[in-house]
Amino acid sequence: MDNIGHIQAMTVLAVGIIFGMGAFGTAIGFGLLGGRFLEGMARQPELAPALLGRAFIFVALLDAVTFIGIGFALFFTFANPFVSAFQAAAAAAGH
Amino acid sequence: MLLPYLRGGEAESPNQYILHHLTFLTNERPHGLLDFSVVNVDSVFFSVLLAVAFGAAFYAAARQASTGAPSKFRNFVEFVVEQVDAQVQSIFHGKSKLIAPLALTIFCWVFLFNAFDVLPLDLLPGVAGAAGVGHLRIVPSTDLNVVFGLSLTVFVLIIFYSIKMKGLVGFLGEFALHPLRVPNPIGQAAVAPFNIVVEFASFLARPVSLALRLYGNMFAGEMVFILIALLTLTKGFAGLASIGGWLGLIGSLVLGVVWSFFDLFIGFLQAFIFAILTVVYLAQASETHE
Repeated sequence: MDNIGHIQAMTVLAVGIIFGMGAFGTAIGFGLLGGRFLEGMARQPELAPALLGRAFIFVALLDAVTFIGIGFALFFTFANPFVSAFQAAAAAAGH
Repeated sequence: MLLPYLRGGEAESPNQYILHHLTFLTNERPHGLLDFSVVNVDSVFFSVLLAVAFGAAFYAAARQASTGAPSKFRNFVEFVVEQVDAQVQSIFHGKSKLIAPLALTIFCWVFLFNAFDVLPLDLLPGVAGAAGVGHLRIVPSTDLNVVFGLSLTVFVLIIFYSIKMKGLVGFLGEFALHPLRVPNPIGQAAVAPFNIVVEFASFLARPVSLALRLYGNMFAGEMVFILIALLTLTKGFAGLASIGGWLGLIGSLVLGVVWSFFDLFIGFLQAFIFAILTVVYLAQASETHE
């Protein structure tokens, strides 16, 4: 039983790291994107709507892997496949 | 969102509540990872329903097309079509009868999928439960099958367009000629394996990232709604006797509204991105590097 506890502890750490690294990467990406957008808008204000549209496109692209990571992290939290695999192996070994 | 109150004394554990809301309505249990006889009936139902609704509405608006002043709905349809057309024109510089309608369909259909995420979490599943249906997931884009169906269709279209515009040899040759290009044919043959590996990876990454981007965003949004609903998961109205119960109720209402706006915006953005990236990939597939 404390093997399952060990697996769950590691899973919790992994979920934390996934969320943290995802947030870290997106924050830096959005900061750079926002800064460049403001610079571009200051240089040529008449392009602001077009730049805003393109900026949102890049927002969605930056978000992608973060949300994929969040999806996996939530999957590990609520339907942990590692625990299931461990339980299947333990059942097969006849414990 | 408030249905846990109305269900009275059922003390469902949070884990059970979450798993209940994450289970699809299938015709049979899947055996293993890839089981083609399993159909997620709820996803199929809602995606077909939304497709018919969208198609019928836009078709009706198109039938009314005239040079006179448009009604409000026709005005809206014309606005959407013009915007999509403008975006496609700025990306795809060829002539195609398929790409702009495809972009319009993908955008509107995926946006309708994502918009269903804003409905209260227990509303439709509760109604369905009263009619005897055990589980119901109303957002088709939280189903990996739907999302991969869309992106694999786009993938097939990309391959089809590539072969049609560049020929089979040209299409396969592109894998060997990018990103490293060496004038000497023997040098090119030497770097070809590296090129092939890199190009193959980025080529396969397209449908996978297209699918998982939409899925991840929508699944995370739905998950936050479930977690917000958990704030009111107590033993019915007895939960209102405590401060914690009241805080949970008010908190879930406020957070629910705030997150609804954000999730609707994210849904719109992701639908737009899916459509735009489809057009970008098809434009890349159609252009020859001359």
